[in-house]
Amino acid sequence: MPLESRHLLGLEGVPKKDIELILETAVGFREIIDRPIKKVPTLQGKTVVNLFFESSTRTRISFELAEKRLSADVLNFTASTSSLTKGETLKDTVRNIEAMKIDMVVMRHTAAGSPHYLTQLIDSYVINAGDGSHEHPTQALLDMYTIKEQMGKLDRLNVCIIGDISHSRVAMSNIFGLLTVGANVAVCGPATMIPRDLKKLGVTVFHNLDDAIQFSDVLNILRIQLERGAASNFPSLREYSRLYGISKEKLLRNKKDVLIMHPGPINRGVELASDIADGSSSVILQQVTNGVAVRMAVLYLIGTRN
Amino acid sequence: MKVLLQNAQIIDPQVKLNRTADILLEDGIITKIDESISIKADHVLDLKDKIISPGFADVHVHLREPGREDEETIETGSSAAAAGGFTGICCMPNTEPAIDSAEVVTFIKEKAKGLLVDVYPIGAVTKKREGKELAFLGEMAEAGVVGFSDDGVAVSTSHLLKYAFEYSSMFNLPIVEHCEDSSLTVDGVMNEGFNSTKFGLPPHPSLAEDLIALRDIAVLDYSGGRLHIAHISTKGAVEILRQAKKRGLKVTGEAAPHHFTLTDDAVQTYDTNTKVNPPLRSQEDVDAISEGLKDGTIDCIACDHAPHSIEEKEWEYIYSPFGMIGLETSVGLTLTKLYHTKILSLEDIVMKMSINPREIFNLAKAKIEVGENANLTILDANQNWTVDRFNLKSKSINTPFHGWELKGRAIGVINNKKLIINKQELNI
Repeated sequence: MPLESRHLLGLEGVPKKDIELILETAVGFREIIDRPIKKVPTLQGKTVVNLFFESSTRTRISFELAEKRLSADVLNFTASTSSLTKGETLKDTVRNIEAMKIDMVVMRHTAAGSPHYLTQLIDSYVINAGDGSHEHPTQALLDMYTIKEQMGKLDRLNVCIIGDISHSRVAMSNIFGLLTVGANVAVCGPATMIPRDLKKLGVTVFHNLDDAIQFSDVLNILRIQLERGAASNFPSLREYSRLYGISKEKLLRNKKDVLIMHPGPINRGVELASDIADGSSSVILQQVTNGVAVRMAVLYLIGTRN
Repeated sequence: MKVLLQNAQIIDPQVKLNRTADILLEDGIITKIDESISIKADHVLDLKDKIISPGFADVHVHLREPGREDEETIETGSSAAAAGGFTGICCMPNTEPAIDSAEVVTFIKEKAKGLLVDVYPIGAVTKKREGKELAFLGEMAEAGVVGFSDDGVAVSTSHLLKYAFEYSSMFNLPIVEHCEDSSLTVDGVMNEGFNSTKFGLPPHPSLAEDLIALRDIAVLDYSGGRLHIAHISTKGAVEILRQAKKRGLKVTGEAAPHHFTLTDDAVQTYDTNTKVNPPLRSQEDVDAISEGLKDGTIDCIACDHAPHSIEEKEWEYIYSPFGMIGLETSVGLTLTKLYHTKILSLEDIVMKMSINPREIFNLAKAKIEVGENANLTILDANQNWTVDRFNLKSKSINTPFHGWELKGRAIGVINNKKLIINKQELNI
């Protein structure tokens, strides 16, 4: 059964059966990456270009590893800035690359909508690896995979995303994906970091962390993106940490044993105390491992369709 | 030369005219209006089921000359205006160099000489539109500007705005304000709301427009002068204008067809042709614009024609410049969205696209009366047509309306002893 959508640009509007198919397919690949020989010939002869217009280490490595474990030929294009500052349009850049006969593009870009624009320019399949503050679908899928792996289900689970929702593509993809599979989704953070009208998506909004912890089975804690000007949204990191940082004391206060997730990299001591990040409830490293499997599933499902 | 226009519905609310009749033009002057005129003329046009109105004027157009002649020139912009049904256009000062001196005003007027469409420059409020000190408002008034604006940005400070109102009132010219509190719109590319959250694009809140509209009206109230609010896009600004008018202040306003036609849903495709400033707003705002046009709060329709090259519009959404062209779709959108939906009558549309803009900016009269210069727009209110961006007179093709089916369009214009009908041009 193929995916309904040709590309993976985001999780908004992606049907439940597609999400379930990706997560089920990832189970098989998760097994493969635990084997001594971690490579399968699934994408042999296919060429994948990782087109990164925004710096990224873990997402790029995760995709590259997933591609290589599927035996794809991999090209990495990394621009430290956008195509605009190089003087070449995105259109020219990608058309040139496609002219070298490629099959799939994995794209990270600072500008929301760039992967959508890319689909109008080229015939190759496009996977969004994060576009501005819009979506980061594979991160959300690996989060959902990890939740399901740990909790046994997604349906009717209470998941709260904490932190800078306004600047977060991870939050948006998680919200769309989790709502589609039937989870109850909440967000928590200062009012300056919660977009207007977010409730219209069917999301509960908390500004009090104790309330959020009491609601939750899962806390997905976002990084404060200082490089995106997030620090101007609250008076100080110290105050942010006091109000929204997850610590053992706050979890004990609410008598909650919750799953702790974080897409990384962590600002230790700001959004997450070290003992929690490294504690028994934390699945942060499992998320990283699962990320490779989920990306293999996405690449496989998209790359092998006719 | 004699031109006989037969059987048209003639609408001119200025002289309480709305009837089917013939019009005789001799050397560009209206010499006879009668139920049936029998005379041997050089050109006879049967305009049965068509409408003749005073020539339409668009008071918010970017011609890009001087500076970006690759995007539009005074000549190509005027051709687009004529094709769209306009006989007069006001061009905004955000050119390179800016229209901030008598020399640039004279340059534009010289370039526009002999064209069917009258081109009226609007001068900058501040030198180079930098918001630091007043531009040469007096010299520009003498050279023939019809208003002042730092369009693209709001007048930077209340202090400069107060001076601008006081100084411009000596020439009875309006300050045309782009209402945007830029401290609220840093990097913003689309209306703040549910859609900006979903699309992940930096938000530009309606509050930014409302705040400057409020500021300007407060300053106007204090200092006197005339204020014209450009491209109103928010429910708040419509209400602010409504209240200011009730108080008797000398304030007018315009709305663009894209702001009463599209909502920010259109940004969903990330088509950079939907990126405009002010941005496409919510349905609530769109409804308020229509209501403001209907109840007379908004005086005119002006398209904010903003040509950009293909290259510039092919950037990623956040990097692409703001603006869409509009001269050749303005009448079609207005008839489709306001007339055929019974929001405005044809008389209302003539008021908002010809009479009011001409009055606010003291443009050449367009009156359908014996003895007047023939300055006319000819409409076919029921013609169905499809917008084809590759078949436009404008040098740029940045419109999101490509492929749209519209009902009603301008089919001809007459002005300055020139006539264009169904794309055919004649000297008359």
